[in-house]
Amino acid sequence: MGYTITEKILLKHTKAKEIHPGQFIDAKVDLCLGNDITAPFAIEEFEKLGAKKVFDKKKVVLVPDHFAPAKDMKSANQCKVLAGFAKKYDVKNYFEIGRMGIEHALLPEMGLVLPGDLVIGADSHTCTYGALGAFSSGVGSTDLAAAMVTGECWLKVPESMKFVYYGRLNKWVGGKDLILHTIGDIGVDGARYMAMEFCGETIENLPMDDRLSMCNMAIEAGGKNGIIAPDRITAQYVRAIKNKPRAGLGKIYSSDKDAKYAAVKEYDVRKIKEPVVSCPNLPSNTKPVSKLKNVAVDQVVIGSCTNGRISDMRSAAKVLRGKKVKAGVRLIVIPATQKIYLECVNEGLAKIFVDAGGVFSTPTCGPCLGGHMGILAEGEVAIATTNRNFTGRMGHPNSGVYLSNPAVAAATAVTGKITHPGEVM
Amino acid sequence: MAYKGHAHKFGTDINTDDIIAAKYLNTTDKKELASHCMEHIDKDFMKKVKPGDIMVGGRNFGCGSSREHAPIAIKAAGISCVIAESFARIFFRNSINTALPIIESKEAAERIRAKDLVLVDTKAGVIKNLTRKESYKIEKYPPFMQKIFSSGGLMESLKRKGKK
Repeated sequence: MGYTITEKILLKHTKAKEIHPGQFIDAKVDLCLGNDITAPFAIEEFEKLGAKKVFDKKKVVLVPDHFAPAKDMKSANQCKVLAGFAKKYDVKNYFEIGRMGIEHALLPEMGLVLPGDLVIGADSHTCTYGALGAFSSGVGSTDLAAAMVTGECWLKVPESMKFVYYGRLNKWVGGKDLILHTIGDIGVDGARYMAMEFCGETIENLPMDDRLSMCNMAIEAGGKNGIIAPDRITAQYVRAIKNKPRAGLGKIYSSDKDAKYAAVKEYDVRKIKEPVVSCPNLPSNTKPVSKLKNVAVDQVVIGSCTNGRISDMRSAAKVLRGKKVKAGVRLIVIPATQKIYLECVNEGLAKIFVDAGGVFSTPTCGPCLGGHMGILAEGEVAIATTNRNFTGRMGHPNSGVYLSNPAVAAATAVTGKITHPGEVM
Repeated sequence: MAYKGHAHKFGTDINTDDIIAAKYLNTTDKKELASHCMEHIDKDFMKKVKPGDIMVGGRNFGCGSSREHAPIAIKAAGISCVIAESFARIFFRNSINTALPIIESKEAAERIRAKDLVLVDTKAGVIKNLTRKESYKIEKYPPFMQKIFSSGGLMESLKRKGKK
């Protein structure tokens, strides 16, 4: 019996001779990650254990991004814990404000994750790096603590679900729409405990930023990881990274023809005629954008680990160029990293956002999780390019969040109602 | 182990923002986290809960973020055991890693009503609903997980292995 790409990567990182779904393994990690919310607990546990050093100074990554730049004194203390730990144990990959970014945009951009790697992160959206053909999965703070000490993480080998996309994408439809459509189809626990393997001709032609958006949201279907086999687009992306800490293009794995899948789903993407929007309060609550024409919004957020990359910024700017944000609507644009921020400035995108009447912010997870930089008041409604719209996710329990791609969010900022970008162009 | 208490019943897809909203994650103080436990769904939850009580949820309990603050808040709220039809995976592993007793049982999740007096006996592999005089069979954890859980969590299990 053949192996899936996920099984191959897991096997390579254990002492086991063979591997099968359901098996428990202690896997060697190539990288482990924590942020200002999850790392403080991990650091407490690390110190309680009396550990003297981290397993590898280059393989621990700490990013203060959720409530950073610190939104209040308590958050400042949590960020301080990260900085202090990084200094004490000489953690090489600690990213201070001004050099940081939203972790799941930052790590691939810096070349910290390469194809074939095994990455765990105390953040559920760690599954993002599957876009590069790595195994990456979200875990908890205790897992991070253990990995920082031992360089290992216990894992149950997941079954794999194969998602095959074929056909040419319609205009304004991209990776975000594909993943929202998929979650709408299978539900928020449709891939619970599973590896979600995305493939097919549509994926083969899908740009890396779109692939990162797709794998990012595997967790919203309950998935353990999302993964796309590395190909020419992956190689191009990795090759273009300047000053990578490791040479080469990583290790390339792909699924065997006779690999076993728990289920196979096929999507003719030509049938996804228009962008997809998730309605409150679950990512699976999807509708075509035109069905939501009458939904008025108070706030538009463009950014996050899902859609804060340069192509997302360009897509939003294309819609907003020369236009104004509707009176009474707040537009908040948050590029995900310092590099993307600077690209936005150099390409004139920042000017477009500010000219339109929007806010252009320093990188932060901020409003996505109701942290800061755009919290919703009671009864308010937002459309956001983020990944979750659970009850009260962005603020008051009686506020609502719609999830969309950046072009839809930008068009909505212009009209004040959920809008197909084609209508304002 | 045995856990006995009254049931607090919740629905399907109870997510980690329901269990503890992100805005409260700027602390590692367990009591403070507990004080906001489940407040999006039931703002009086902390007034009602008594030490040893049992939390019962539907499908996909604990979905969403990786925050370990969720099982920590539940445990610090005094809950002795969580029963659900199914659990989201990160919540599940976080519970094993922090030794919060967590049991998957569709039957128990469906049959147990709010305020029922419930006795969970993991050794005997049974949940007894003392109010309704019913019992529901439960599976043991796989040995790999059982080892972590019965050590008192992942860090304790590392200590035992002498890995530091």
